[in-house]
Amino acid sequence: MKSDVLEFHDLTVAYHIRPVLWDVDLAVPEGQLAAIVGPNGAGKSTLLKAALELVPLASGYVRVFGRPYREVRRRVAYVPQRESVDWDFPASVADVVLMGRYGRAGWLRRPGHEDRRLAHEALERVGLAEYADRQISRLSGGQQQRTFLARALAQDADLYVMDEPFAGVDAVTERAIVALLRELRDRGRTVVCVQHDLQTVPEYFDWVALLNMRLVACGPVAETFSHENLNLTYGGHSAILERAATTLLERQRGR
Amino acid sequence: MPDPTLITVMAGASLLGVVSGALGCFAVLKRQSLLGDALAHAALPGVCLAYLLGGGIGVDPKHPLLLLGGALGTAWVGTLVLQSVTRTTRIRQDAALGVVLSVFFGAGIVLLTLLQHGSAGASQAGLDKFLFGQAASLVPRDVLLMAVLGAILLLALAVFFRPFQLIVFDPVYAGSQGIPVRRLEVLLTTLIVVAVVVGLQTVGVVLMAAMVVTPAAAARQWTDRLLTMLVLAAVIGALAGASGTWVSSLARRVPTGPLIVLSATALLGGSLLLAPRRGLAWAAVRRLRNRRRVRVENLLKDLWRLGERDGRYAAPRAVSDVLAVRAAPRIAVDHARGAGLVHVAGPLVQLTGTGLERAARVVRNHRIWELYLTRRLDIAADHVHRDAEDMEHALDDEVIEAIDAALGRPKVDPHGQPIPRGVPA
Repeated sequence: MKSDVLEFHDLTVAYHIRPVLWDVDLAVPEGQLAAIVGPNGAGKSTLLKAALELVPLASGYVRVFGRPYREVRRRVAYVPQRESVDWDFPASVADVVLMGRYGRAGWLRRPGHEDRRLAHEALERVGLAEYADRQISRLSGGQQQRTFLARALAQDADLYVMDEPFAGVDAVTERAIVALLRELRDRGRTVVCVQHDLQTVPEYFDWVALLNMRLVACGPVAETFSHENLNLTYGGHSAILERAATTLLERQRGR
Repeated sequence: MPDPTLITVMAGASLLGVVSGALGCFAVLKRQSLLGDALAHAALPGVCLAYLLGGGIGVDPKHPLLLLGGALGTAWVGTLVLQSVTRTTRIRQDAALGVVLSVFFGAGIVLLTLLQHGSAGASQAGLDKFLFGQAASLVPRDVLLMAVLGAILLLALAVFFRPFQLIVFDPVYAGSQGIPVRRLEVLLTTLIVVAVVVGLQTVGVVLMAAMVVTPAAAARQWTDRLLTMLVLAAVIGALAGASGTWVSSLARRVPTGPLIVLSATALLGGSLLLAPRRGLAWAAVRRLRNRRRVRVENLLKDLWRLGERDGRYAAPRAVSDVLAVRAAPRIAVDHARGAGLVHVAGPLVQLTGTGLERAARVVRNHRIWELYLTRRLDIAADHVHRDAEDMEHALDDEVIEAIDAALGRPKVDPHGQPIPRGVPA
């Protein structure tokens, strides 16, 4: 029996008074390639951020490897959305990948020889070794995404949490990323991805959670990724749900 | 023998440039360029309050440490107000900056006016110098204080360089790594506050923002590395400080602070123009070179096509006939000759060996591209010529080779014209 790597218990998250996640109970088992799917605004990215203690929780709690996130941070690597940063920032590819080492041994310490070696190795694994000195604004979208992946690989984590790793990348990069994710899984690591493209879910992933503010369904792709569940996730009931939740929060917060 | 006062002022102005230049890089990269402006304005009431307080408790109210302390105090309160306004209300950051800037500045002006009409007299107290700056009033103890504060700032910058880099580039990821993002942001803002306050007496609250933004923006033009950018911004800031002071010493009654700001702006202008890769001047040069190349290659192509008619590719042709093909300017022939691509003898022009090779390549590019457009992109044969006219100069051999292979090494283009492969014997 495999243990659960990432658990959400009765989780509710709201931005101001707009609810984003409501009473979500979810557990991702170990060693899976897991996808989180759902329509725009379903709270997919927020779910990841809640796992990493990046957003305040209105209620509920999260466990990573059975512990609060802050205690197991070093075993978790996060790949944010590519558009979340300014790629015109003055840094090279190697600079960005080295950032993956800052959290390991004290963030004031200078990265040492070992850190550089791991960063270089990570760049080789994503096929960007010869781009190490390139300014990041001169990369293609796919190369930028692979730079972010390399930064996560440099952390040498047990759980990888990725926000739309396939968004806006070319076909070659997509294949390279899939191969990499499978390699991670085959080495016993767990990967959780927010995934936008539904068509590739059965091919790329083992396990799926369908989310639309509430959890609709979760489990192995073969059983869970059904027409019925997709209709429930992408159907029109969410407007009513959101209004109900907004009203509730308005009352509670006196606005 | 240089004037010791001038040396003092120059030293102070350069120090200010170093500090605001280096710290300003982070403000600019965080897209908070106007933060420096709001902070500088928010410092004004603090200066006045400190003066009042000093008079009240019987210490020298004009002591620089006291006045800087006051400036730091209200500037810091300003940032706190700014952060809490953006976090708890729906007012956006730009609007909040505007509000903080004007409220604090207004309060400062009120205090300044009250002091001016009070018994002490603010102009007597010299507080109005904080408004527009008065570099000439710098004395060695002011410069010493600036140096000490500057050293502390640069030391802090050296220690926290990596975490600052990370929280400015990707704060969300930094948070996931357990780096205390909010506390580091407060620290960084505090350092920027100190940098701004260091320059107040010299440049004044109104113009201080320019010293935060301008050297950083200028430095960004020259480099793609953060550390290099910091060092360059510090150097540019120091240059602006020293040169502004020097220029103002040449003429009487020209205020130093504004001249420092103008020097910094001139350095920014120069950087925008001259910096390699990003500079406008280099872009213009590149455009000019490209246009010249296109002209020369068109001339070679026209010579080649004349050769196709009678099979004598390297035969001499009348210059006027060749130019008439596309009404090309005579200068194209001169440039081609300069590059060793054609021989010119009197009214005749003919391709050299390298000219032949180059002509064959341009014609090949043109025809292969036309074929690619018609075969692979389903564009009508009579629509592809214009596009190929541009692409023949831009395509490199690698791309052409890939297309050529994909098309199965074709012999003729969509118009039935032969695709040259190498130079005719």
